[in-house]
Amino acid sequence: MSQPPTPGPALLRGLTQRRFDRRDTLRMSGLAALGMALSACGVKGKGSPGASAPAPDAVAKFWSGKTSNGKVNFANWPLYMDPAHPELKKFTAATGVQVKYQEVILEMGPWFAKVQPQLKAGQDIGFDLMVITNGIQFKQFVDSGFLAPLDHTKLPNYAANADPAYKNEAFDRGNVYTVPWTSGITGIAYDPKKINRPVTRLADLWDPAFKGKVGMFSDTQELGNFGMMALGINPEKSTPDDWKKAAEKLKEQKSAGVIRNYYDQSYVDALGKGEVWITQAWSGDIFQKNVSDGTDFTFVIPEDGGTIWTDNFAIPVTAKNPLDAIKLIDFFYQVDIAASLAEYINYVCPVPAAREQIRKDAAAKSGDDKASLEAVAQSPLVFPAAADYAKLHYYRDFATQAEQQQYQSIFEPIVLG
Amino acid sequence: MTGRRVLYAYTWLVIAWLTLPVLVMVLFGFNDTPGRYNQTWDGFTLKWYGRVFELDELTRALVTSLAVAVVTMLAAGALGTGIGYALGRYRFRGSGTVNLVMFAAIASPELVMGASLLTLFVSLGVGPGVVTITIAHVMFCISFVAVVVRARVLTLDRSIEEAAADLGATPWTTFWRVTFPIILPAVMSGMLLAFALSIDDFVVTNFTAGTATTFPLWIWGSTRVGLPPQVNVMGTLIFLIGVLIAVITSIRSRPQRR
Amino acid sequence: MLRRRIAPYLLVLPGGLWLLLFFVVPMVTMLSLSLQEGDVVNGYVLTGHWQTYVDAIANYEPQLVRSLAYGAITTVVLIVLAFPVAYWIAFYGGRRKPTYLFLLLLPFFVSFVLRTISWRLILTDDGLLLGPLKDAGLLPAQFHILGTPVAVIGGLVYNFLPFMVLPVYVALERIDPRVVEAARDLYADPATAFRKVIFPLALPGVFAGVLMTFVPASSDYVNSAVLGSSSTTMIGQVIQAQYLTSSNYPTASALSFTLMAVLLIGVFAYARALGTEDVMKVAAR
Repeated sequence: MSQPPTPGPALLRGLTQRRFDRRDTLRMSGLAALGMALSACGVKGKGSPGASAPAPDAVAKFWSGKTSNGKVNFANWPLYMDPAHPELKKFTAATGVQVKYQEVILEMGPWFAKVQPQLKAGQDIGFDLMVITNGIQFKQFVDSGFLAPLDHTKLPNYAANADPAYKNEAFDRGNVYTVPWTSGITGIAYDPKKINRPVTRLADLWDPAFKGKVGMFSDTQELGNFGMMALGINPEKSTPDDWKKAAEKLKEQKSAGVIRNYYDQSYVDALGKGEVWITQAWSGDIFQKNVSDGTDFTFVIPEDGGTIWTDNFAIPVTAKNPLDAIKLIDFFYQVDIAASLAEYINYVCPVPAAREQIRKDAAAKSGDDKASLEAVAQSPLVFPAAADYAKLHYYRDFATQAEQQQYQSIFEPIVLG
Repeated sequence: MTGRRVLYAYTWLVIAWLTLPVLVMVLFGFNDTPGRYNQTWDGFTLKWYGRVFELDELTRALVTSLAVAVVTMLAAGALGTGIGYALGRYRFRGSGTVNLVMFAAIASPELVMGASLLTLFVSLGVGPGVVTITIAHVMFCISFVAVVVRARVLTLDRSIEEAAADLGATPWTTFWRVTFPIILPAVMSGMLLAFALSIDDFVVTNFTAGTATTFPLWIWGSTRVGLPPQVNVMGTLIFLIGVLIAVITSIRSRPQRR
Repeated sequence: MLRRRIAPYLLVLPGGLWLLLFFVVPMVTMLSLSLQEGDVVNGYVLTGHWQTYVDAIANYEPQLVRSLAYGAITTVVLIVLAFPVAYWIAFYGGRRKPTYLFLLLLPFFVSFVLRTISWRLILTDDGLLLGPLKDAGLLPAQFHILGTPVAVIGGLVYNFLPFMVLPVYVALERIDPRVVEAARDLYADPATAFRKVIFPLALPGVFAGVLMTFVPASSDYVNSAVLGSSSTTMIGQVIQAQYLTSSNYPTASALSFTLMAVLLIGVFAYARALGTEDVMKVAAR
């Protein structure tokens, strides 16, 4: 807030000194004309039609001449690693590379908007590695040419240990720019102390009994997906007409006062404070919140559908330490490291062999620790089975920016209403 | 005289209301919270004071804020004093335009200033960062410094300067030996104002920062996922330092004013 | 004499240039961007697309109106709340006047963002204030202050109070006590003396206070973001999100420009209608 702490008489005098007259108007138009002459008309973009299919030598071009600097700056989301960062410590011990880990990403839109001007100017964003979700901004990152093509010769663990399903995902076939950090499920979390009945269906988010206590995501894709699924529409195959119908459904929820607010990752905080009782939620967050704060919240995948998404490692083209970054990526595909991460964050693990490792870890423990690790190994949220996937829907892929903008223009006014 | 009593009580009530959030902030700096969410009272501890600089990013954000504020204070102080002095002392063509721009800069919503700077940087392809934050802060502080300095120059007694000139001082000597010391307090208070505006600015900074982080931006970012008690401790310490500076300056300036 | 003639220009030049480059030019850039079409990936081209304004205003008119209403309510509440405080300090503060003013400004040594967050902690649904009341069964479990217009306007009033108290105080403090005595000598009862003498003399301070609070309150987005909910969204939040979430620069620019135009036209008209030179005269005494 940039108002003076002590607006003295001098300031007041300055503020209230003059009247404005026609001369001022002339002055202003003069200034505007001058400014117009000085300011550029038109803003250049970075996009090129072939951006998503890189030139064959792009990998070699990016990686040649890069040297390891012994450090890596890692931008990630909150609730995505044990706060003691055991995996990073092991990495530093094994490679000597120091990791600066920051939980600066709370939602994709703001993250893209924040780094976009810097990347466009070809500047270092201060991060060599970031975790981005497949979706609207993922495509914007790729189409703008902001992501470094990955050199798969530097990812042996990924080749050996990653679930093959991840190697051919629609948003980045063949892992040209990204490999998964983890997948996750968007479902519903609620506080059973406040809600005395089981929550099972999407319709529960529209229940007037929870008036003013329901949270939804402010991310337009997360929000739109739930609107569509509540109407029985599969978001992955949805049409603009479906979007409009879903928007109506979501407007209903809002105008009835059922909605408290639209959240980014701060929904966890809101749930903890009792601001919301029931909310759209990401699968692993609730598990971690319960562990770290001793709360007792419940996460469910609604019977009529949840969504599954993938958060991905990506290296910005302007990264100062890409070699160290890709080394760190591959480190997370060591089975023991993948297991240790999954044990804490409880998100879908992209390394199938980690399951056996977690069972082994469980066998070495006793009591509560053992039980909880065994539960992780069995958890459908960490290792979903085919039946679980049947309930889950994928994000819609937008072919063009125009289509994406149309989508945004339908759902944005709801969030910002 | 009961009306007076009511007013007295009312004034204190308002003061209490204003102070309440500050007390809560100070209190939660002593909270022995276990998790990452410092939102319920879990007992008294002093440990966060010992660990106040434990969070590198928070410390760095604070240092960035201080550096930006100091540069802003100096730059806006110099540029604003130039404008304020010229407006107070000379009649010249174009002074109306300068006045208008300054009024507009003070009256414009911060949000719009920040947003328009972002559009400028985006259009020019300049990546935001600490430099653009500083540019923005200097921009919105210039007018405040200029207004304060102009007011002082306007009330300046010209006969003192004339006396100096009569005694054979060159205009240059007169300015530095006579005029400048008289307007110096105004320049100083303008600069302090600039420092205070800069260090607490959130809105304009948020638009011009890119991935750079200042103290208010860091707080804003981390409040959504749990604010560590160190923030409360730093807030408390900054509060105490500010109060201390204010008390010292008011005590020092008292004898001069009589 | 030449030096004397160019001196003011030399003095104004550096700061003036700074303001030109980083205040005037950006405003024009913003106007230009608001008339461009395109997207963040492929860039924007100036096409003079006025439809952006039409769509933006049609989509976000409720938020614009709401913001102006919140700003107006905040300003009125501020006048009512601040006047008695300023009045008491100016007339009965005695030697302690500076102390009282200092106490009023004390909280503002804490970062604005932190203070607002602190209110959130106090007012939160099961928090310091409401938690005990709910536990005692005095309030229903669903009762909440956060997320309501009351919380947002309360936050605005809280954050802008000094900008109303100080100007009103300055105006009141300048009133010659003998003028008030004269009114009493002429058999005006206290209420009449207040109405006919003190209040009119304090008006310039009130006007100045309105100038200093209405614009920032209407365009604020922090209070609504921290203390509000989806039903209290203000135009500032929309603009902020269009820039910093959607990267939808044309719409964001169009909305910023509209907001700025509405507010500045209001301010200029207000300054004109009131004839701020009167304010000047009082202030100059």
